[in-house]
Amino acid sequence: MTLDEFVKAFAAEFDDTPEETFKADTRYKELDEWGSLIALSIISMVDDEMDKRVTGADLRNCSTIEELFNLVESK
Amino acid sequence: MQNYDIYNPFSLKGKKILITGASSGIGKGAAIECSKMGAKVIITARNEERLQETLQQMTGEGHEIRICDLANNKAIKEMVDTLPELNGIVNNAGFTITRPVRKIEEEAFQQIMQVNTIAPILTLKYLLNAKKLLNGSSIVFTSSLAGIGRMSVGNTMYGCSKGAISAFIQGAAKELAPKGIRVNAVCPAMVETQILSAGVITQEQVELTKKLYPLGRFGTPEDIARAMVFLLSDASTWITGVNLLVDGGRALY
Repeated sequence: MTLDEFVKAFAAEFDDTPEETFKADTRYKELDEWGSLIALSIISMVDDEMDKRVTGADLRNCSTIEELFNLVESK
Repeated sequence: MQNYDIYNPFSLKGKKILITGASSGIGKGAAIECSKMGAKVIITARNEERLQETLQQMTGEGHEIRICDLANNKAIKEMVDTLPELNGIVNNAGFTITRPVRKIEEEAFQQIMQVNTIAPILTLKYLLNAKKLLNGSSIVFTSSLAGIGRMSVGNTMYGCSKGAISAFIQGAAKELAPKGIRVNAVCPAMVETQILSAGVITQEQVELTKKLYPLGRFGTPEDIARAMVFLLSDASTWITGVNLLVDGGRALY
């Protein structure tokens, strides 16, 4: 999966935040819609689409979508 | 001075108990506690090495091991065929996969229902058909606070599997009462087992979550095991069809 595809997949987990809001440098935890349920959805998406495991702590430790992508890629 | 050896309705002395999922967590704790209370225990799980570790921590002689994968109903039937007559079961084996509703996977859901719901119910069925449950037997299921509808985000598959158990015990208790067989469940809240120590949640989150427990801590396997001992013992002979909360007061909030 490329970074662009990852940003799209990340955006698809949100219901109320418009897709164009999401860029590689988006600080996702600052989004109004961010919360534990979205976090779980991202963890599941990474598992389904990339066959990699990220944890809640990983999501907290990263700031931008790109940082998270790099972390997932490094696993 | 009273002699507590003579009067102890909580004792499991002379009782033979089957415990599933005994290689770790609550099942391991139950095996150890039941042995300390005098029971002869048959422990079962998939992994022989870890069952041996449980066995080494148990008190007394005459305990036995059975290897069985609860994903396989035929294997459960074959395991039951090798068992002696029993005075009790702790149907405990179980696992969870955390997923939000929109990410529920059919295969994972089926696995959870198989191991947490179908396998323990079939274990009871096979034991009944083989007439291996003596009159006065006590059946204990491990349900969960999730089984009575109190679940955390992402835990619905597990909640379903335990909810089915919490309903089942009430029907089974009614059906089996004429045989003098009691059927109950314990409903633990968060217990410090491998699920917690696997590092999926951070220490910070753990401390925050503990604040939701009036008694100020998570449960230990022993906390749950002692409630099971009570339900297995003659101290609870007039209790059946009950979902017993063992939750440090968590459900009060």
